Amino acid sequence: MKGLSKDRLWSMAVLAPSIILVAVFVYGFIARSVYVSMTDWGNDPAQALALDPVIRFIGLANYQELFTGFLQGRFRQELVSTVFFTLFFILGCLGLGLGLALILDRNPRGEGLWRTIFLFPMSLSFIVTGTIWRWMLQPQGGVNQAPTLFGGQPATFPWLSSTDAIWKFDWNKLPLITASVVAVVLIVVAARAAQSGDRRRTLVAAVCAALLLGWALLVAPNLKLLPAPEPHGFNLALIGIIIAAVWQMSGYTMALYLAGLRGIPEELREAAKVDGAGDLGMYRHVIFPLLAPISLSAMIVLGHISLKIFDLVYAMAGPDNINTSVPALNMYLTSFRQNQFALGAAIGTILLILVAFVIVPYLTSQFRAEEGHA
Amino acid sequence: MKKALLIAAALATATSAAAAGKLEIFSWWAGDEGPALEALVKLYKQKYPSVAVDNATVSGGAGTNAKAVLKTRMLGGTPPDSFQAHAGQELIGTWVVANRMEDLSGLFKSEGWDKVFPKDLVRLISTGGKAWSVPVNVHRSNVMWYNPAKLKEWGVSAPKTWPEFLTTCTKLKAKGLAAPLVVGENWTQQHLWESVAIGTLGAQNWENLWAGKLKFTDPKVVGAFTTFGKVMDCANKDASGLSWQQASDRIISGQSAFNIMGDWAAGYFTTTKKLAPNTGFGWAAAPGTTKTFVMLADSFGLPKGTKNRAEALNWLRVLGSKAGQDAFNPLKGSIAARTDSDLSKYNTYSKSAAADWKSNKIVGSLVHGAVAPESFMSAFGTVIDQFVASRNSAGASAAAQQLAVRAGIGK
Repeated sequence: MKGLSKDRLWSMAVLAPSIILVAVFVYGFIARSVYVSMTDWGNDPAQALALDPVIRFIGLANYQELFTGFLQGRFRQELVSTVFFTLFFILGCLGLGLGLALILDRNPRGEGLWRTIFLFPMSLSFIVTGTIWRWMLQPQGGVNQAPTLFGGQPATFPWLSSTDAIWKFDWNKLPLITASVVAVVLIVVAARAAQSGDRRRTLVAAVCAALLLGWALLVAPNLKLLPAPEPHGFNLALIGIIIAAVWQMSGYTMALYLAGLRGIPEELREAAKVDGAGDLGMYRHVIFPLLAPISLSAMIVLGHISLKIFDLVYAMAGPDNINTSVPALNMYLTSFRQNQFALGAAIGTILLILVAFVIVPYLTSQFRAEEGHA
Repeated sequence: MKKALLIAAALATATSAAAAGKLEIFSWWAGDEGPALEALVKLYKQKYPSVAVDNATVSGGAGTNAKAVLKTRMLGGTPPDSFQAHAGQELIGTWVVANRMEDLSGLFKSEGWDKVFPKDLVRLISTGGKAWSVPVNVHRSNVMWYNPAKLKEWGVSAPKTWPEFLTTCTKLKAKGLAAPLVVGENWTQQHLWESVAIGTLGAQNWENLWAGKLKFTDPKVVGAFTTFGKVMDCANKDASGLSWQQASDRIISGQSAFNIMGDWAAGYFTTTKKLAPNTGFGWAAAPGTTKTFVMLADSFGLPKGTKNRAEALNWLRVLGSKAGQDAFNPLKGSIAARTDSDLSKYNTYSKSAAADWKSNKIVGSLVHGAVAPESFMSAFGTVIDQFVASRNSAGASAAAQQLAVRAGIGK
């Protein structure tokens, strides 16, 4: 019984409460939500808030409703908006953060002050950021008045109230688009594997890509998710929200990049100079590759923030503006205003899956790396 | 069993003998509406001095926050003794169908409220012949506001029907007014839709719609959507960024000519903007609704299983009384639901509204919870938003009909 030494017992006793709490309040509740999302709780108003509601299991009907139901166009637009929002938010934060970090890395005067200024927005909550930017982006307010400072006409861009969208596509083409994108990724994987001489990998990836492409070209065009075409695209009203979100979080990426830049040993830079690298060449071939892991971590953190964003949108554009709406907002309204608890749980589950897509590969790669080091 | 009954009886007499009860009132009347609620509480305390009143107000416009808190408390088994809800289907479709409210018909009979509240109103707050809440105040939703001086300057008058409105709109646009009508964020557009629909369908068809006798896919309703689309063509493009107050400001400044808003706008014009009725601001019934009063009301109900039922019933008695309604409404800027209220206490606008209340046909408002349950209303906002973007009348009607089926309207 060497395994049950006193130390071991102690450690188990001390850890048990948190394991139980996490099991119940995180994983138990996730399981409960997933179960609720497969029931009809809330479809019948008489049962939604009853003392002892009758709830029936209906399988994946709620998910089917969300993706193909006539009434759920708002949700589908929100999914598209989330993808665009995440893309521009991450690109904006990485770009601006890297730019600021590169400037600060040159040791300008008053560097500490600048660092504080750039990092400051991160200390605010999204609600505060949202309220400030809501004022700034009023049709006759802040940003639109800026040209008058230089004697120009005030701008008229409707930042948060635009109803225009660009890059529209028909939701019915979604299977085709998804399959094509995945196939292209697989082809790239196959090409890379071929380059490194991994024959089995090349073969598997190439066959999968061919199958997907074949499906996309032969089957997908005949699939009809909705009775009528339903265009979705990038709503211009989101631009205002993206600006506010980038303003809030780019200080964080700046701090990450600055730490990375300071962590690059001086010898490496000197060695690069000796080898004849100019400023540009040094950044391109020495510094940026070393910053790649930082970009990855930043993308993970920013990615999950943007997928589940709620408060910023609520504060800036209100809950009822479908041009700026996001799934988290819809989940709240569906559950707590329309009392459609099952449908709300289904939206929540889809959000969880989206976040898992971002987080899980990162976690596995981290664990693998740790094992490799150990 | 007998013993338990005895104990219960003893406890009941003990509490009524002590009479030092408690009463918790749950509402979203904070801020501007706080003093009106205070007046009611004061009246209650005069009558029942030994009761400790707990004012559990959850602030937030139109009860968005309060309703979420209420849901948590009801589902958690600790309902407040009496809570505020918009009178009509918002309460009935949410809490009454779930069997969570007590029937108040007895109270209506014993207090004689059947006679002092208009019949149309009693019908709106009842299902199956039972009344479920006590209305404290009445607001009118179908009012068109304008600036009399500006209208004279432009040489137009307030239009009486929606076709007339559209010609007036063209005239104003020709004079260089970009947006003759001003609308604000989503709910104010639903508010406008309601007035357009009643103005084109007529009051009777509007009632049929909510009784399930007229389908949303009926050509008449599709036509109402088409008219709504044309009306929206007269409106400002930056709508979703504006609160209703900001929209009202544009009437005063002359950026727009008309605004359809509930009569809380009168309070905003007189109290906040210090304008005189009839000169600083003018009003008319929304086009096509001249003899119709589209009403919404705040009301209180009695949830099942409250701890202080007797005190809550007394509270409801105060709310429905003439003294209670006359204390509350002049401060709130609404009119009394009772037809025998003391009009001398009200301002110029409210007097005209009270006169209409007694003589007009009364129908319920959609966006303010009188005719449709919450589940319909909330999703209908999305339908309006999609319609404004796509202008597809048939699609919007079909979507609304699906919503109606799902929410059990007309069952």
